[in-house]
Amino acid sequence: MGRIAALTRNPAMIALVALLAIAGCASKKNLNSAADLGLSGAGAATPGSAQDFTVNIGDRIFFDTDSSSIRADAQTTLSRQAQWLNQYRQYAIVIEGHADERGTREYNLALGARRAAATRDFLVARGVSAQRLKTISYGKERPVAVCDDISCWSQNRRAVTTISGAGS
Amino acid sequence: MKSILKPLLMIVAMALGMTAAATLPARALVELNVNKGNVEPLPIAITDFQGGDALGAEISGIVSADLKRSGLFAPIDKSAFIEKISNPDATPRFEDWKVINAQALVTGSVSKEADGRVRAQYRLWDTFAGQQMSGEQFFANDANTRRVAHIIADAIYERLTGEKGYFDTRVVFIDESGAKNARKKRLAIMDQDGANIRYLSDGRSIVLTPRFSPNRQEITYMSYESGQPKVYLLQIETGQRELVGDFPGMTFAPRFSPDGQKVIMSLLREDGNSNIFAMDLRSRSTTRLTNSTAIDTSPSYSPDGSKVVFTSDRGGRAQIYVMGADGSGQTRISFGDGVYSTPVWSPRGDLIAFTKQTAGEFQIGVMRVDGSGERILSTGFQQEGPTWAPNGRVLMFFRDSAGGPKLVSVDLTGRNEQSIPTANFASDPAWSPLLE
Repeated sequence: MGRIAALTRNPAMIALVALLAIAGCASKKNLNSAADLGLSGAGAATPGSAQDFTVNIGDRIFFDTDSSSIRADAQTTLSRQAQWLNQYRQYAIVIEGHADERGTREYNLALGARRAAATRDFLVARGVSAQRLKTISYGKERPVAVCDDISCWSQNRRAVTTISGAGS
Repeated sequence: MKSILKPLLMIVAMALGMTAAATLPARALVELNVNKGNVEPLPIAITDFQGGDALGAEISGIVSADLKRSGLFAPIDKSAFIEKISNPDATPRFEDWKVINAQALVTGSVSKEADGRVRAQYRLWDTFAGQQMSGEQFFANDANTRRVAHIIADAIYERLTGEKGYFDTRVVFIDESGAKNARKKRLAIMDQDGANIRYLSDGRSIVLTPRFSPNRQEITYMSYESGQPKVYLLQIETGQRELVGDFPGMTFAPRFSPDGQKVIMSLLREDGNSNIFAMDLRSRSTTRLTNSTAIDTSPSYSPDGSKVVFTSDRGGRAQIYVMGADGSGQTRISFGDGVYSTPVWSPRGDLIAFTKQTAGEFQIGVMRVDGSGERILSTGFQQEGPTWAPNGRVLMFFRDSAGGPKLVSVDLTGRNEQSIPTANFASDPAWSPLLE
């Protein structure tokens, strides 16, 4: 009989699971705050400028894990944004929705879209014209913080209000 | 419609006559039962193919590497060989192969024909039964020698396991380079073993989630090239691209139907949720399959086209659901402790592969199509996105570690995990079907 004879040895064919090499948080700083951007706080930006919006108003809000609910701290930021955007109506607005990397790619595209929509709806409810607002989801494709820990993930779960068009 | 795969169809298989004792019942011969729980890799001796100088050794090397990576075969080191094969058509000295415990022996030759084609032939011998199991010859044009080797490996795999091989296949994926917060992503295609990589986009726009059409000539994928992320079709050979559908919002998570006539995908709703639509590629008509105020995404057809598995968070967090291909009978099938996504229906129809997040880890697993029999095949800190080899025995996915993602394959036992060599980081693999 040619059927496989019992093997005397077990060839070590089974690949070892690669050890997870979890990179520590990069020493690279995240260009998130006004200080990192080389801006020295209020007064440095011309009122009504894009810089004014980013530095003095705050262009982004953050979300809890797998959530698109606008948190209390985010409501404060968005209310400031709405007031500013209603004062400076020359800008077109794109809201970018982002997710952290702790989700799968397609789901996170949808989650980023939902966060952008929730942010848009909040601004519209505060009087910003829906015609000025567009949304886009980047899912987990554009992290601002590039490390593998909770502090970084929380910075990546965000909606960023970007403005363009006439104005300084 | 010319295809880069077309010239390869010149490969012609011809059975080679048996040189050893005539037909014994097939079941008397060496065979691997791949349905057993714990398969011992079969010791096999793969000799260098004769002729063609370096080409002979190259072909046997590719065959050997394919079989080894399957986890079902243990190719024996050539230095242990006793008999030196000089005539690959002559009956080998089986005693010389039995003594080194080679259960199966492969001999072969390769030569250039007058018309420029490459002729490769192999014979597979059962050393303990003392007879030839199979023998075939193939003709290919010159550029396709690697493919000839993969086809020979598939033939050996099929003869010894009774199942179709998967070595003559390709993988589309996303090649990733550059810093994590400014990653350059390019569409790329390569052989399943990482050879013959070719880039299909220039990296100027984010591209994601490429998937093969059933005839392997097109891929559908998502790109940010127009500003808004949208689903596109790409003809691999011509590079011709087109937008799939004319929808106002983001379209994403595309896959072909098994007949290649439709693309199923998610479409973003105005309210921020996402639903599943199918678009007929000929009539351009679209059919809505889900209508929920939830995230419905990652649709994947059953191989007979009658059902669709997808991810939805309609119950709170992401879980796996199955519905009819017309959207009827939407039923949750995943009930384990965790969040489930990226379901993909096996080409055999019997299993659904998925990514599961639980306890801070990402797992790749399979379950039966009714959700029962969940088995985890691989667990890691960050990994996702399984794709099936066309024989339904192996999954490929991507794992993030050491700064970026790399491709990994694992078989259904979960015991044979292999990394797929790529020059750069790589993600979103999709395995091609076999050409019949």
